[in-house]
Amino acid sequence: MSPFATQLRRDLRALLRAPGDIVNPLAFFLLVIALFPMGVGPDPALLSGLAPGVVWILALLATLLGVEAMYQQDHGDGSLEQLVLEARPLYLAVLGKALAHWLLTGLPLIAVAPLAALMLSLPVAQLGDLLLALMLGTPTLALLAGIGAALTLGANRGGLLIALLILPLYVPVLIFGAAASQSGGFGGSPAFPLLILCALLAASVTLAPFAIAAALRIAVEH
Amino acid sequence: MEPLVNASGLRCERDARALFSGLDLALEPGEILELRGPNGAGKSTLLRILAGLYPDYEGELSVAPFTYLGHKPGINPRLCVADNLIYLARLAGTADIEQIASTLERVGLAGFEPLGCDALSAGQLRRVALAGLLLRPRPLWLLDEPFTALDEAGIALVEALLGAHARGGGAAICATHQSLSSVPARTLTL
Repeated sequence: MSPFATQLRRDLRALLRAPGDIVNPLAFFLLVIALFPMGVGPDPALLSGLAPGVVWILALLATLLGVEAMYQQDHGDGSLEQLVLEARPLYLAVLGKALAHWLLTGLPLIAVAPLAALMLSLPVAQLGDLLLALMLGTPTLALLAGIGAALTLGANRGGLLIALLILPLYVPVLIFGAAASQSGGFGGSPAFPLLILCALLAASVTLAPFAIAAALRIAVEH
Repeated sequence: MEPLVNASGLRCERDARALFSGLDLALEPGEILELRGPNGAGKSTLLRILAGLYPDYEGELSVAPFTYLGHKPGINPRLCVADNLIYLARLAGTADIEQIASTLERVGLAGFEPLGCDALSAGQLRRVALAGLLLRPRPLWLLDEPFTALDEAGIALVEALLGAHARGGGAAICATHQSLSSVPARTLTL
């Protein structure tokens, strides 16, 4: 079995044993979305204009919530040392870790996104583009969050630090993700922003694991 | 025979204090080396240097394939004993999953496979980590205070495992405050 499959299997099992790490970001996502109609008023025209941006901003924040726990746990119990020493190549193991995280936090987010869209009066015609954009964008978010979590290992109050480090990197995903879900953005066609999201995903799948692996090495080398 | 560890002129500074300098170390197959010294002498740091986990040193170093066991057992408390061991064995590419039951028996945890590691005591976690060590057959063991949290039977077990490993042509370096009583060992005091 490759380090990728080994790590994926192990992290899926470990995450499923801690349902709070999966459910809490989802609950946060839905709750804050439910606050919007109460805050800005129930006008469907206003809400539907805001909807893609709101869904995306909350998706960014939700992906940051669970990722810290995942790396902190491994750092605390010594698993990270064994991972760095044993995984050849570490790159694939890290990719497996990121995929496990996305499957159990990103994918459920996409599953409840139609509910969020409904609460924000997003026209049904735009729902498909929103879901497709989330499908392409959230794995990039999970990988970038992994970089932040790996870099802040051992730091006190890592959670806030991750947000400060990573939120600026989320900006391209936010811009093109929201544009793909909005009618009339970029000449009315969602194809262009969706393709950009594909490019960002390809870049982050190939490059982010290198950064995470390097940060993990720094975290255990002391 | 090739030595399993060959280090010459090792020098390491930590917090502007030289932990050791001009340290030469050679370990042949079948040898067990006890690292002794007061707290803070650099025992753990030396082991981490040998394991490649502490890059900030000077000197020449070559190390055979090894398994490192640090202060922390490297066992995820959310997973059961078997899942932890399967993971370690597969990650190391020495997946001999069939041997998990017999290895657990060797470390005194027969039948513990389905138990969650959060239900285990510190000493039992150590024993799971020892099982993980045995599942990865490597010539060299780097053990940082392997007796921590173990009861008398556990200490005897570690000594027996070390003896068997040395007789099988392996070598081990142990940082410890407790001298090995039943296995012949060389001592290096830092």
